[in-house]
Amino acid sequence: MNIKLRDPNVIMKLSRLGSFHQSRLSFLRSFLNEFKDWDYKRDLFDLDENGFGTAVYSFKKKDRVYSLICFANEIKDDERSDRVIATKWDAAFTLHDGVPHKKDIERLKNEVPKQEVGRLSYKELTLSRANKSVRVFNHVVESLSNGNQPNLDLLNKVGYLYRTTAVYGSGKFGLADRFRIKNREEINGPFRLEMMLVYLVRQFTFDQVNHVAKKRNPKSATELDLKICKNLGIGNSTGLGMAPFIVNHPTLLNNWILCRETALKKIREIKKVEIKDSNMFKECVRNSIKNITSWNTESAYQLVKIKDLLKDVRKFINFIEKDFNFKDDYPFNKIFFWLEKETCEECIEYIVSIMMEPFSEITQPLIKEMSSDEEKYFNIPTERTVEELKSILERKYPNILVINFEKKENNTKFWFISKNKEEPRLADRFEEQGSDLEQPLAIARDIKELYNQLLQSKNNLTIDKFLIENSHLRHVVRRAFIIEKFPYSEIQDNTISEKIVPIDMLRLKLSFFGALKFDPRSDKWLRICMFQGAPLPHELNNYDEQWVYKNHS
Amino acid sequence: MKSLSEIETTSKRASRALGFTWGEAEEVGKSIRLLELFGFPGIKNLNQYYKSRKTENFEKIKLINQINKSEKLLYCPITLGVRLMDQIKKLEIFQKCLFNGIAYPILLLPFLSRCSEIIGKKILFKFDKNEFLLNFNVSISSNSFQGEFPIKASDLEVIFLENKDNFSDVEWKNLYKISEDTFVEETDSLKKGAAGAGLTDND
Repeated sequence: MNIKLRDPNVIMKLSRLGSFHQSRLSFLRSFLNEFKDWDYKRDLFDLDENGFGTAVYSFKKKDRVYSLICFANEIKDDERSDRVIATKWDAAFTLHDGVPHKKDIERLKNEVPKQEVGRLSYKELTLSRANKSVRVFNHVVESLSNGNQPNLDLLNKVGYLYRTTAVYGSGKFGLADRFRIKNREEINGPFRLEMMLVYLVRQFTFDQVNHVAKKRNPKSATELDLKICKNLGIGNSTGLGMAPFIVNHPTLLNNWILCRETALKKIREIKKVEIKDSNMFKECVRNSIKNITSWNTESAYQLVKIKDLLKDVRKFINFIEKDFNFKDDYPFNKIFFWLEKETCEECIEYIVSIMMEPFSEITQPLIKEMSSDEEKYFNIPTERTVEELKSILERKYPNILVINFEKKENNTKFWFISKNKEEPRLADRFEEQGSDLEQPLAIARDIKELYNQLLQSKNNLTIDKFLIENSHLRHVVRRAFIIEKFPYSEIQDNTISEKIVPIDMLRLKLSFFGALKFDPRSDKWLRICMFQGAPLPHELNNYDEQWVYKNHS
Repeated sequence: MKSLSEIETTSKRASRALGFTWGEAEEVGKSIRLLELFGFPGIKNLNQYYKSRKTENFEKIKLINQINKSEKLLYCPITLGVRLMDQIKKLEIFQKCLFNGIAYPILLLPFLSRCSEIIGKKILFKFDKNEFLLNFNVSISSNSFQGEFPIKASDLEVIFLENKDNFSDVEWKNLYKISEDTFVEETDSLKKGAAGAGLTDND
């Protein structure tokens, strides 16, 4: 049986992309798999009694070393903010390429805590900062210093000791450009070094909390139970900064989605599923209920989604346990059709993710396909004709071409870069100033304009000549030729609509990171948790790959 | 040190701010990144050119011909570069294109370098005593690495070089003969047994 890949006009809608969940393809899971046989070490731990100071952690294999350098600093409570406007954080981190010399650490001590206004060098690969969940951190210190383990209800509710508020890479603020490291086999997957940074930060948070508790009460303090550590992750606050990325990297976006769709297609094409595989699938679905019921948020928007998801997953469990026979041919194809008919988008994508769990032989080769050499597709094939370009638009953007951008509700928002923080923002063009400096992220509107211009041009006109009079559409001409080759490269939705929910764009990216427990704090930013339930560094060489569905509360 | 990513982003934004379209600004970002990667002073010259645009006007070429003459103004190197990339497949049949005057000719280099990759031919760029050989967007060789680059140049030539060896047949044969010393003389037995296919193949 040859199953077709799912239609991009369905999958690339924002509401669908905003329903994606982590899977075996997620970057934090592929990072753990890649680095499971590397040597982990805490090289330096020079903190004072309050937990302030410097620490270094590393992963090493043969001659290659990656070192996380941590700087924990004292800040006042009123200086602590997760917003990008913050200028101080509880801790700041950089991932250094190799073993840092003392002079590197001295140099970085002056720069890393400054984050965006500091300068890094080509020897540094990623940069981040994090704030304590003060409530949880203080409670854990208090408990441990008295010889007790902390209150699990509180820990389960929050899920982490620290949350990062940004993770930068790829040349930002002087960090190494991607081209310097792209040929390294171990990072042949997107965001692998960002994942490494976050993973090592997680370990730092455990070491720091143990250290402070011990210093507070050397005689009676105990260490945080390893099982509790394992059930804690690293939080993350994410705002609009992430949204333009998926628009600005079309071939990369395509490769992420294409790998997910290819995995689903191959799983649906399996005629006979082995019992061990169907059992693993069922077990993961059943266990995942715990993930849903422990998903805390105050967002009315997310609460509705969680409620629908829970209802549909329970309905699905009932279906596979009572009405479904995995001995039938092509069982996952049948399951897929049932899901499409009976459940919400959130549930469809949730179960699609879990379908991958038993099939590492399908997902593993795909992980290597999730990067992209974007430069290769940058040049516009200007020898092509207006007729050909028009045909591409009609085939690839059918739903975009019917949007009427003359209507205010379809043209309400504009994306811009703020002057003070150089971060992307979204505003109402009819109420705020600045739309004359709009960023080129209104792809749907510009594609529609391109189409209208093409309709007025001669069919046999070549694109080089079309561009002479239509240079303002060059950026979307480029994209149209990219989508011709990369079907999942474009969000098939209007990113400037009055109704846009920007966090859908964030969730798409975060799901590929491997984030859990999306907690929208508004329509423009959300909190998530990463690595909750993941193996600790000393467990990496032998861990349960289905940890996502087994450990955390 | 600024990363290439920062160089690309800032060049793109600055170009947009000065009135280039987003698509053109993207091309400038890529090109300045390339210039700096190849070791040429891209940021410096882009800065100077953008400064000069405040007081001077430049000719924005549309359709490029074999011989291009701007009556009053120097050609804008960015518009010319973008048009060259767009039209290069039609221009290469001329073997050579001439321009009577360009501002900041160094800014044209990365566009020509990318053109070289697009058409799969080396391109020679000549003005005054300066020569630049653009090698398939892999490298740029030049006799002009010393000193300042001119802020304008006249009588420029863009020559599309045919793909041919830059060594003689004799030189090649001599080298090939030496390389033969790595081959094994085949005996009858080796002829029969060492090849994958049989000696006859009539099926």
